[in-house]
Amino acid sequence: MSPATIRATGDVLLYLNGVTVSFDGFKALNDLSLVVEEGELRTIIGPNGAGKTTMMDVVTGKTRPDTGEVFFRGNEDLTRLDESAIANLGIGRKFQRPTVFENLTVLENLELALAGTRGTWRTLLAKLTPERRERIEATLSRIGLTEHSDKPAGALSHGQKQWLEIGMLLIHDRQLLLLDEPVAGMTDRETEATAELILDLARDRTIVVVEHDMAFVRSLGAKVTVLHEGSVLAEGSIEHVQNNLRVIEVYLGR
Amino acid sequence: MRAGLVSAEQSAWTPRFWVGFAIALLVLGGVIPVLNLAVAHDSPVAVPDYLVPLLGKYVCYAILALSLDLVWGYAGILSLGHGAFFALGGYCMGMYLMRQIGTRGVYGNPLLPDFMVFLNWKELPWFWWGFDHFAYAVAMIVLVPGVFAFVFGWLAFRSRVTGVYLSIITQAMTYALWLAFFRNDMGFGGNNGLTDYKDILGWDVHLAETRLGLYLASVAGLGIGFLVCRFITVSKLGRVLLALRDAESRVRFLGYSTTNAKLFVFTVSAVLAGIAGALYVPQVGIINPSEFSPGNSIEIAIWVSVGGRGTLTGAMIGAVLVNLAKTWLTGAVPEIWLFFLGGLFVLTTLVFPHGIVGILRNLPWPRPRRVAPTKTPVPVQEPVAIRKRA
Repeated sequence: MSPATIRATGDVLLYLNGVTVSFDGFKALNDLSLVVEEGELRTIIGPNGAGKTTMMDVVTGKTRPDTGEVFFRGNEDLTRLDESAIANLGIGRKFQRPTVFENLTVLENLELALAGTRGTWRTLLAKLTPERRERIEATLSRIGLTEHSDKPAGALSHGQKQWLEIGMLLIHDRQLLLLDEPVAGMTDRETEATAELILDLARDRTIVVVEHDMAFVRSLGAKVTVLHEGSVLAEGSIEHVQNNLRVIEVYLGR
Repeated sequence: MRAGLVSAEQSAWTPRFWVGFAIALLVLGGVIPVLNLAVAHDSPVAVPDYLVPLLGKYVCYAILALSLDLVWGYAGILSLGHGAFFALGGYCMGMYLMRQIGTRGVYGNPLLPDFMVFLNWKELPWFWWGFDHFAYAVAMIVLVPGVFAFVFGWLAFRSRVTGVYLSIITQAMTYALWLAFFRNDMGFGGNNGLTDYKDILGWDVHLAETRLGLYLASVAGLGIGFLVCRFITVSKLGRVLLALRDAESRVRFLGYSTTNAKLFVFTVSAVLAGIAGALYVPQVGIINPSEFSPGNSIEIAIWVSVGGRGTLTGAMIGAVLVNLAKTWLTGAVPEIWLFFLGGLFVLTTLVFPHGIVGILRNLPWPRPRRVAPTKTPVPVQEPVAIRKRA
């Protein structure tokens, strides 16, 4: 398929075409092409340095690719936009380390993430309306942090921070969520609960999960893309990928 | 848990706050004038005339400290060039005051200030036009520092210059202006600056009444400046600023333009600093390039950190206390002052990171309002997804 025909398809939400990013001669992404369909749950795996995080950086505008194009919803060229503009198109991102605003309370963290007012002038005059407050309360109970709403986020446990961050993504109503190692540092129980939450979320949005934890990837049961040295090595179901000889060679076999 | 969901905006503008604000305003704006005018001069509580402009100077420094705290304490932008905005506002006021001298100058030239006659200039440079009107001067007091900060901030924040690099370029900015204003060719009186003022709005600047009026104008400026800063810091934008101070890229990924937020607050802050400078100049009677000196701007940061950065009251308290100490020490033991200032900075940085306000907060005050409702440890609640299974 030529790029034009892929872009014309209504079902494609995110399309990376021939993206290359190099840092001091090292190619973090090497002619990477990737298609994520609307409503899909996709897991991306790969050894360290395969380019997983760089791929997310390119999609969210943190890194500009040297060559290649990134299209969202068919016609939005993400390589021309900055982070906040991309976020406002409906792309949310969860970082590898939980990054909540430690000096703000749990409630205030959610308030900032809540969809709506983003302009500087409008934020200055923004009011917390009853509807918005209700949405925050609903999210608080969904992520189980109602009792902690007044606590500074810095005082939460590691797992609670991860949940708060997922809550912040939830409340923002994104069409596409990029989750970078969402279960890193979680206990088994927390990991299990996170898998359930992700499956629950995936019902009404598109999610791309980057993960190391193979048990977790298997529990999501989604289509898997294996990255290696900055490009796609294999793609398909987890069984298909695990039986791929080249994948075994570079990643699973070690 | 309803109580927990009261937003910061609501809890900031309580009757209790307004009472405290009114009391502070009354003490500064009511008690001091009464002690100056109505109390017998030999009374121990009388405020003699010579003290009024000194107090006015401290109030202007407090406004300046507020302006730095707004960007540094709340948005994490350590500007080491805020003295430049202060001086720019001061020069605008100085130009107005120079034009008011008229024929009363040494050379009696009705149009040109003395230093221009001395330099053999024949006509008034274009950038001095209009400064004989007070309203025009006021507009410039706001616009010159504001536009300058906007352009400087736009270039710096758009290129994502942050942290110590930003501090360095703000130092370079004020240093560059310092050198520029020293030059006679600039048309601002060179090394000597602008001085020998006669009157402001028709009032002789040397009269005790005028000085009291200027002091009261400064107090009004401080009150309004404080309310503006409080309005910004307790708004949702204030939370965006706190958030970007700690994790800027994360704020961007939430869809906020951190560049615009920082630019807004930097510009507001520069305007406030400019107003402080404009109020300061008629009370001290001179503005010269030394106000641009890089050391001056660093001193402002010390006031704020001594008082407690990130708290508006702390910034004001710090400015007044450090300057009281400066007035006293530079008179009593001048050679000690710089060591004292340096020592103070080291001490606050290492031992009292939250300054005087931090020390006061840690004292065992009776706190009727802050009884923690969560004293009993709350059992860790598990997310709904887990509980569904159980």
